[in-house]
Amino acid sequence: MSDPSRHAAPLFSWRRVYAMVLRHVYLMRGSWTRIAEAIYWPLINVVVWGFISQFMAGHSDWVARASGVFLGAIMLWDVMFRGNLGVALSFLEEMWSRNLGHLSVSPLRPLELVTSMLCMSLIRLLVGMGPVALLTIPLYHYSIFSLGLPLLAFFINLLVTGWSVGLAVSAMVLRYGLGAESLAWVLIFALAPLCGIYYPISVLPEWLQNIAWYLPPSHVFEGMRSVMFGQGFPLNELLTAIALNVIGLTAAILLFLRVYHVARVKGLFLGMGE
Amino acid sequence: MIPPAIEVTHLVKRYGDVVAVNDISFTVARGTTVALLGGNGAGKTTTLSMLLGILLPSSGQIRVLGENMLTHRHRVLPRVNFSSPYVDLPHRLTVRENLTVYAHLYAVPHPKKRIALLAEMFDLAPLLSRPAGSLSAGQKTRVALAKALLNEPELLMLDEPTASLDPDTADWVRGMFQDFQRRTGATLLLASHNMTEVERLCDDVLVMKNGTIVDKGSPRALLARYDRPTLEDVFLDIARDRRGKGGAIP
Repeated sequence: MSDPSRHAAPLFSWRRVYAMVLRHVYLMRGSWTRIAEAIYWPLINVVVWGFISQFMAGHSDWVARASGVFLGAIMLWDVMFRGNLGVALSFLEEMWSRNLGHLSVSPLRPLELVTSMLCMSLIRLLVGMGPVALLTIPLYHYSIFSLGLPLLAFFINLLVTGWSVGLAVSAMVLRYGLGAESLAWVLIFALAPLCGIYYPISVLPEWLQNIAWYLPPSHVFEGMRSVMFGQGFPLNELLTAIALNVIGLTAAILLFLRVYHVARVKGLFLGMGE
Repeated sequence: MIPPAIEVTHLVKRYGDVVAVNDISFTVARGTTVALLGGNGAGKTTTLSMLLGILLPSSGQIRVLGENMLTHRHRVLPRVNFSSPYVDLPHRLTVRENLTVYAHLYAVPHPKKRIALLAEMFDLAPLLSRPAGSLSAGQKTRVALAKALLNEPELLMLDEPTASLDPDTADWVRGMFQDFQRRTGATLLLASHNMTEVERLCDDVLVMKNGTIVDKGSPRALLARYDRPTLEDVFLDIARDRRGKGGAIP
């Protein structure tokens, strides 16, 4: 018979988070297509934008002043996009493999599931973006690491925004089933025109600017350009991005937990799958 | 005093106007094997899902192993396990990887040792390195049962545990349940259509129809009450509203 002393129920168990991360690491390790897919799109993006940067550097004073502005932007955008996809894919894998039933009757708590999805997002991102970031150095003589410490701040902020969108997508998939899975790839692109990835926010019409400033990535990309154009590290932009991200991530986690509860009320775990 | 393994009081589950489970109450004593018997749509899986905590009841109370399932589900889940042929383990992971993941989820001490022991019990050693998706239905069932016993559950809930198995494998699996129960004193609750299984394994049967419990008792008592030679005949009597000699079907 089980020893009841080991059944004390901690509110949060890192061992269960580890179990879920292990599950996805096993999956990646056994599937070269998943690893290739993680690298393929960032690589294509960087190659295309690398050539565009080279061309634009000879035709635009603005780009010539900071030749890596587009490459830096596309790589940081990919941090956000891949951050979102990493979370959503971890959840979708459970849906595709019809494993959510087993997980939902196991001791795994919803918050542990969320934490494991965030951890996996970071791992997928490092696997996909790491080699690509290094490749731009010999290919285009541009190193995103030249941004220095601000890069870390930008990276974390964009990753957290990606997590928030990924969790919202996962909540929608849990609520509406696999019919909503395409949101994992498309929802985040709704932010792309607004957050000034390739152009300053001042380009947008005033009413759109008012919306854009509520998005954390707008502050990050403005900050990136500020650093790249030698205007220094804009601490106020960073603090605004952090504050907005804290609100966004908290809202996304609460949304996911709420939908998890609704799934238990409506019996959605019983009929998971296609 | 040790509380019963399961205490259900006035349990109701409604989906809009549809009542899937309608005011059922029952108790399952520790160390016994009890079947939820009923046709399709009788409410067996809905009841099982509420007992597991993945479905919230509209009203009523559930206590599992002495804990309120609605408020302290996470105290109970490490002590319970579940198996169903209708819920898959990740196909691309090997059997060993699947069992390792679940061993960590259930905080099993010494996962490698435990997996080796279960592999021996369920004859899984040759399958450990194979992807779960490449296994036959019978092999998948054995893996699912090994997963279900990883934490030596005090309460094991089984949804049609031998569906899709050939008679020989099904018989072997039933033997494993009996052996597990004798060895650990665990409680087994199974939802099943398989009357042979119910007759062989169960101390008590809860017969469900249209979301309610229409009869209950030991297999022997039910056979006597309906004056039928097999539980299958009893099941048909209940399904078709034919009363037994003793005026059964309340």
